[in-house]
Amino acid sequence: MTTNASTIDTPAAEEFEHPDSIANQAFGFWLYIMSDLVLFGAIFATYMVLSHNYAGGPTGKDLFHLPYTFGETMLLLFSSATYGLAMLAMHENKKDRVLMWLFITFLLGLGFIGMEINEFHHMILDGNGPERSGFLSAFFTLVGTHGTHVTFGLIWMAVMMTQTVLKGLTPPVQSRLIRLSIFWHFLDIVWVGVFTIVYLMGVL
Amino acid sequence: MFGKLSLSAVPYHDMIVMSAVYGSLLLTLVILGLITYYRKWTYLWKDWLTSVDHKRIGIMYIILSLVMLLRGLSDAVMMRAQQALAAGASYGYLHPDHFNQVFSAHGTIMIVFVAMPFLVGLMNIAVPPQIGARDVAFPYLNAVSLWLTVAGALLVMVSLGVGEFSKAGWSGYAPLTELKYSPGVGVDYWIWAFQIAGIGSLMTSINFLVTILKMRAPGMTLMRMPIFVWTALCTLVLMVLAFPVLTVALAMLTLDRYLGMHFFTNTFGGNMMMYVNLFWIWGHPEVYIVVLPAFGVFSEVAATFSGKRLFSYTSMVYATVAIMVMSFVVWLHHFFTMGASPDVNIFFGITTMIIAIPTGVKIFNWLFTMYRGRVRFTSPMLWTLGFITTFSVGGMGGVLLASPPADYVLHDGLFLIAHFHTMLISGSLFGYFAGYSYWFPKAIGFTLNEKWGKRAFWCWLIGFYFAFVPLYILGFMGMPRRMYHYSNLAWHPYLIIAAGGLALILLGVLCQMVQLVVSIRQRHTARDLTGDPWDGRTLEWAMSSPPSVYNFATTPTVYDIDAFTDMKEKGIAYQKPDRYHDIHMPKNTGSGFINGILAFLFGFAMVWHIWWLAVLCALGMLFLVTARAGDDDTEYTIPAAEVEHIENLRYRQLASAAAMNRFAGGQVEPEILPQV
Repeated sequence: MTTNASTIDTPAAEEFEHPDSIANQAFGFWLYIMSDLVLFGAIFATYMVLSHNYAGGPTGKDLFHLPYTFGETMLLLFSSATYGLAMLAMHENKKDRVLMWLFITFLLGLGFIGMEINEFHHMILDGNGPERSGFLSAFFTLVGTHGTHVTFGLIWMAVMMTQTVLKGLTPPVQSRLIRLSIFWHFLDIVWVGVFTIVYLMGVL
Repeated sequence: MFGKLSLSAVPYHDMIVMSAVYGSLLLTLVILGLITYYRKWTYLWKDWLTSVDHKRIGIMYIILSLVMLLRGLSDAVMMRAQQALAAGASYGYLHPDHFNQVFSAHGTIMIVFVAMPFLVGLMNIAVPPQIGARDVAFPYLNAVSLWLTVAGALLVMVSLGVGEFSKAGWSGYAPLTELKYSPGVGVDYWIWAFQIAGIGSLMTSINFLVTILKMRAPGMTLMRMPIFVWTALCTLVLMVLAFPVLTVALAMLTLDRYLGMHFFTNTFGGNMMMYVNLFWIWGHPEVYIVVLPAFGVFSEVAATFSGKRLFSYTSMVYATVAIMVMSFVVWLHHFFTMGASPDVNIFFGITTMIIAIPTGVKIFNWLFTMYRGRVRFTSPMLWTLGFITTFSVGGMGGVLLASPPADYVLHDGLFLIAHFHTMLISGSLFGYFAGYSYWFPKAIGFTLNEKWGKRAFWCWLIGFYFAFVPLYILGFMGMPRRMYHYSNLAWHPYLIIAAGGLALILLGVLCQMVQLVVSIRQRHTARDLTGDPWDGRTLEWAMSSPPSVYNFATTPTVYDIDAFTDMKEKGIAYQKPDRYHDIHMPKNTGSGFINGILAFLFGFAMVWHIWWLAVLCALGMLFLVTARAGDDDTEYTIPAAEVEHIENLRYRQLASAAAMNRFAGGQVEPEILPQV
């Protein structure tokens, strides 16, 4: 965008630009993240509209246990930190260390998902499933959408660990690891919103 | 095993539906038979179904759109015929249930499966070459988007013969679309067709945004982009921000219907107005998504056929951007009667009126582009002129409707129907038709027959006025929309006139079909040898027609808004480069096509609650994506020698065109043709 005609008297760089270049992929991925943020925004908005429609059912105060959710939050936040360490190791080209940090991140993410499934399971067993009220529909959908994203992140992470083992830290593999990193940190940020708006404000 | 699906899902008893089913099946069989007879299966698979070339994907998008246009038109014919008959004691020939399906399918098809694929098709054909790029940023993703759109369209077509389609209108308002009030599979077909195609559109928007923002030729600053690229860019921003909201609205409705949740129900704390809000937060930007690219086409056409630079390029860009921003703050004018406070309504009323201002700027820009130009009245130009007049009339109707008190009287009536058909038929369809005949020689290699093109235009334009002016009047007479029968006989004559108007439009469509057949038969005499049949102003006309797979042998350098005109004036338009280089292009892959098939089966399985099939298809898609993600060998190389060979053929063709031109004293100025 900063190029001016006056500065480009030499013919276009003859070396052909890779159509699927790593920079383009990262930029495209940022755009995807932006659209995903709009998706979460719409679900958050719906949650806010329905958050007091209990229909005679339980409220957030009856259902949420902050210490438990705080534990979940810690798992996810630490998984972001460990992913960061994996990226540092990637830039130093230390394959084994990348794998180790990815594995730890994976376990932390798995723990988060396990705790969330456990929470959902108990709520449904107690008769407080998503069909109980508008509030609970929105709750399960918002938290569940985030959880589904984390699950896909875990699948992706497993694929990336396999690729790292089989191919090493080639440029395409690094490009994918960078994008997974954007995705993983993004889910962290969304979770901060979920924790604040759903759990903290629900218990207040 | 088959969920809710059984043989009773086929509506054997309904002769009208069954004849449509048999007709579609017969047509499919004839096409398949012809492909087999001419032994084109390998060609079809290798060159088209597995293609990741943006030009071929664009052509396939437009074929899909034209086929679905015929389907949407036949729905329109059924509605107009029913309303022309069903007055007073007569009840017409359609069952009310069937009539409801017809108008729901008409709206869904026209917006999602005609307008969307048409504009994405035109973008595919024109955007990469206009910015001097070899392909889009993610060619494989482009193929996936195409086949997801096809999967959605196929779901709508299948609903004709297996089960039913939604009876709740194209906008699917809750709680009518909730399980309690629509227990059949119709709404589910509507949901999944919409959802799958919508995800395809979202992928397209990301893909083209990266293409436009990252892959422009050197020298092409943002303010030197062709105006069609600008309108495409604004459209893509709207798509990437609006489509996720549609995804959410449809997903919540799905959860209500499949898992018994209470988002939009009228019991247990649901909020039905939330659906309407979410739907139109997508729906209003969608109006501009389908209109803005057409504005871009009109701008290109007006400049080219007036032989002048577009008047006030900068204000055109800012007007487009203003419309893009404003389109997110007007959605509530679709439901002023919701019961929001007057303050809320007046806010959205005023923003709606304000959005007419940048649109007016555009109208004046087109007029001033033509003023003192040497206007050539080709068929793309005729569509543009028809658009400017019709759209101005429709726009004034829109400003009228933007006033909440007026809207309280006119909403949900035929005035509204007349208004938005005026906007969408002139504002988008005419633009797409203009783009179709404008870029046809570029994409296919020969020009379309002008005589039949002009006949089609006049039938469409006059037919349009006969079909929709009566609806404005009927709106003032108080006729509501979507009536399968009415007892007020005063409405009857107007509806007969409207049906006559539609007959004229059909004549226009017939002319377009004849045009295609005649043009294909005369293709040898109408061949576009220069690649620049209209004396074009932007880079796509610098390529041969049809372009080689890599578009440009060497990336062009841009010094002006009208980059190609600039090159022609400087005499460097057809300069041979010193040497050629190897070119890397993406390999074809069947993965996108198979993804589309799996998406279709997934949608079908979800509609009929065939859970094992849905799970299998979802796993299949996950597997395909994972396999593709692990594939680092997705490109092939065209050696420099081969590039040189292809380019030399092109220069020979140009030389023969120049000779013919000198002989005929033809239209193209001789000095701009290459000296080889």
